[in-house]
Amino acid sequence: MDAFKRFLTARDEPENLRRLREDAFAVFTGMGFPAVKSEDWKYTNVAPLMGLDWKVSEGQPKVPADVDWELLEVFDGGRNGFTALNVAFGEYATLRIAKDTVVDQPIEFNFAAADGTAQFPHLLVIAEAGSKATIVESYESTAKSFTNAAIQIVVEDNANLTHYRVQKESADAFHYGVTEVSVGRGGVYNSTNINLGSALSRHDIELKFRAEGGEAWVDGLYMLNGSQHSDTHSIIDHTVPNCTSHQNYKGVLNDSARAVFNGKVLVRENAHGTDAQQSNKNLLLSNDARVDTKPQLEIFNDDVKCAHGATVGQLEEEELFYLLTRGLPENLARNLLTYGFAEEIINKIGIDSIKSNLDAAVLNRLKVKLEIENI
Amino acid sequence: MLLEVKDLHAGIDGKEILKGLNLQVNKGEVHAIMGPNGSGKSTLSKVLAGHPSYQVISGEVLYEGKNLLELEPDERARDGVFMAFQYPVEVPGVSNSQFLRLAYNEKMKHLGTEELDPLEFNDYLKEKAKVVEMSSEFFKRSVNEGFSGGEKKRNEILQMAVLEPKLAILDETDSGLDIDALRIVAEGVNKLRSEDNAIILVTHYQRLLNFIVPDMVHVLAGGKIVKEGGKELALELEEKGYDWVKAATK
Ligand SMILES: Nc1ncnc2c1ncn2[C@@H]1O[C@H](COP(=O)(O)OP(=O)(O)OP(=O)(O)O)[C@@H](O)[C@H]1O
Ligand SMILES: [Mg+2]
Repeated sequence: MDAFKRFLTARDEPENLRRLREDAFAVFTGMGFPAVKSEDWKYTNVAPLMGLDWKVSEGQPKVPADVDWELLEVFDGGRNGFTALNVAFGEYATLRIAKDTVVDQPIEFNFAAADGTAQFPHLLVIAEAGSKATIVESYESTAKSFTNAAIQIVVEDNANLTHYRVQKESADAFHYGVTEVSVGRGGVYNSTNINLGSALSRHDIELKFRAEGGEAWVDGLYMLNGSQHSDTHSIIDHTVPNCTSHQNYKGVLNDSARAVFNGKVLVRENAHGTDAQQSNKNLLLSNDARVDTKPQLEIFNDDVKCAHGATVGQLEEEELFYLLTRGLPENLARNLLTYGFAEEIINKIGIDSIKSNLDAAVLNRLKVKLEIENI
Repeated sequence: MLLEVKDLHAGIDGKEILKGLNLQVNKGEVHAIMGPNGSGKSTLSKVLAGHPSYQVISGEVLYEGKNLLELEPDERARDGVFMAFQYPVEVPGVSNSQFLRLAYNEKMKHLGTEELDPLEFNDYLKEKAKVVEMSSEFFKRSVNEGFSGGEKKRNEILQMAVLEPKLAILDETDSGLDIDALRIVAEGVNKLRSEDNAIILVTHYQRLLNFIVPDMVHVLAGGKIVKEGGKELALELEEKGYDWVKAATK
């Protein structure tokens, strides 16, 4: 409470922004942090983060808030205690990709919170009609810290946005993030969400098609070791006809790591011609690792093409045998297959520097040193 | 003698498939194994390669005079045993060149010779790919993933070219190849043939044996070798069918 007051007085901000923060803080005070008794948070207990005293991060220079109000107003700050807190402490920044422009270079946002601090980035991204761009949202705190992030994305008519989200925070960090996307007529949104870091992380995704002919990819990978816990909840909402969504999430869990995947695809009554594919495959490399996966299709229209599935398993025995017959020792073969499993998602990444960085991160998580370089 | 199989009984899931098989292969030789569907040809190949689902009930397999059956599949491979799969396996996310370099270097480590870095290996791989006229486009692609049936078979022979085995068991490598690909693969195998290695060709078609001329043809039926002869035996089989051998051995 005091921290919030100090935060407010330290800033010289316009009245409307101040009021927004105060209202959001009141919402947070009313709700508190999500509790495991709520269905949506059943497997993810955030108690370890609540007991700690976080200083609001002052790592970044205090840039004046740059708020696209129209977009911020549709943000669901009351989704849970985290989102309310994010609005209250939000460091707002707006990115507008001008109509019909093609931005060749990826636009990167990197966030890192210092030891013992909390950061609350809130990005507002508008890809105007006919534009094309790639954004990279990267979280890389190197110390015990708390990130509570939000990004809102609008893909306007016939715009094409590629979105890479990389969460590789320190293994003792806490991370909450929400992604809200709306896709316009003929718009294309292609995202890859990589989760490697944090002791405890949760990512909520909500994507809505606003007009016909939209196409979206919401892919991701979580690769966890030790006692890491990662939770992804996504909702892909087909509210209008003739849109296509693909979701391919993969998980690799070692040691006593735990993951939650809850992916809901909603096809509303009038959303005929919907094509929705969803898959969640998990590789458990240890007996103590655990995943709770729940892909859900809710279809209220008959004229649709939908498929979904989830698997939880070990490495394929035939693949393993194949590698052994080429002379790879078993340990190496197992790790190579694990690498390949994860690479299927990493390979989607079209920016060499980010891809090779993630390749290295994946290799790092394996239990042997794999001498693989891409040439 | 390179390989000696003595009275081998083996099976899977409690079902005996090989019922007293004998086979002798010397260095420098090519042996063809023919036989009806379900007679145990792939079973023999997999038992020799060390597939964990197959159980050896009795008998002996000597490779370079040593007991092959007590070696793990990867040890056998590093010692020079290679099997080209009837149905090659897809390995998503791992590129052909990454995979082959790891396999090659494991073998080099075993032999105590120099390993190759990615650039050196790439040159080596390009050279080897000529053997089966494979374009370098296939190096970057995930192992066998999305390859056509024929491309997968060609990729098996590329692996053989890279690993230079002493004993290569090619399980129906010719099945699924078009006429040109069959010629290319057969020429490739002929190039890899030498005085220091031996090849066991499992095939249904006499046609392959026009390209790769075997020293011996064995007919496998009901889990046993029921007839053996020179290359003319394949022609005779093609003419008379398997009923002929089955009848002759009753
Ligand atoms: N898991 C299993 N349980 C029982 N029988 C099996 C099993 N796997 C294979 N078999 C049987 O073993 C027999 C031999 O199979 P194998 O694959 O060795 O034949 P093959 O000679 O290679 O045939 P093809 O020419 O069709 O490739 C077949 O009858 C097959 O059905
Ligand atoms: Mg067979």
